[in-house]
Amino acid sequence: MKDKVALREEGSAATRIVVGMATCGIAAGARPVLNTFVEEVSKAGLLDKVMVTQTGCIGICQYEPVVEVYTPSGKVTYVKVTPEKAKRIVEEHIKGGKVITEYTIGNK
Amino acid sequence: MKELSLNILDIAMNSVGAGAKNIAIALDEDDDSLRIVIEDDGCGMTKEQVEKLSDPFYTTRTTRKVGLGVPLFKLAAEQTGGSLDIRSVPVSESEKEHGTKVTAVFNKKHIDHTPLGDLVSTMVTLIQGNPDIDFLFLHTVNGKSVRLSTAEMRKELGDVPLSNGEVLNWIKEYLTEQYKEIERL
Repeated sequence: MKDKVALREEGSAATRIVVGMATCGIAAGARPVLNTFVEEVSKAGLLDKVMVTQTGCIGICQYEPVVEVYTPSGKVTYVKVTPEKAKRIVEEHIKGGKVITEYTIGNK
Repeated sequence: MKELSLNILDIAMNSVGAGAKNIAIALDEDDDSLRIVIEDDGCGMTKEQVEKLSDPFYTTRTTRKVGLGVPLFKLAAEQTGGSLDIRSVPVSESEKEHGTKVTAVFNKKHIDHTPLGDLVSTMVTLIQGNPDIDFLFLHTVNGKSVRLSTAEMRKELGDVPLSNGEVLNWIKEYLTEQYKEIERL
């Protein structure tokens, strides 16, 4: 297994997907959302470019699961994310570079 | 929380916040009862802090990592006629033996017993987010066990981080296969 896996430097990724995993996030369904991001990024072969990480409570518990996407062009906050929305975020935002405005916090 | 596996994830996150290097998650069940133990070697808590944990309104900025998690887990146990117990040794008391042990007991036959849910996802999530912590997972059902030790995996993996996508996939399949196996026996 060791030989099969390409090594990469932690933190070298240009894009970061950060999922809130405090009590509020977990209770609202963040676990399947996080695992969907990990699987979809892996499937897309983007593991060396995109980093999926976890964070605590950022204070907007009513909007959980909250996902922040950091790219060189800035930060986008997606709210009430589901595994289905996560798939679309990877497809359209991460791969396609297009923010899905209807899922963002400014739209709620 | 709809699944106890989500409570386990949440409580283990407290261990992560406490700076644990090792986190052991053990479940032991028979037809009637279930015992869940989450033990870490983190910074621990003082007696006063432990007493305040079951108060859902005890959340200050400094203890924000605790919040509602423990009260929710306690409620899940007590609503089945079970119990929650927290033992902790703060680092100020012992430099070597510090850490926290959370034990919850459930009466599985009680109508208000929450299902365990997806434990495999909980373990994958914990390892994905904390590849430098060693997790020991042991789930025993009527004497048959599912087990995972990241310390043992680490020896095989060398420099490959446990958060690697392929490694996480392997962990998921490895645990899922073990669950299928104990169901068959």
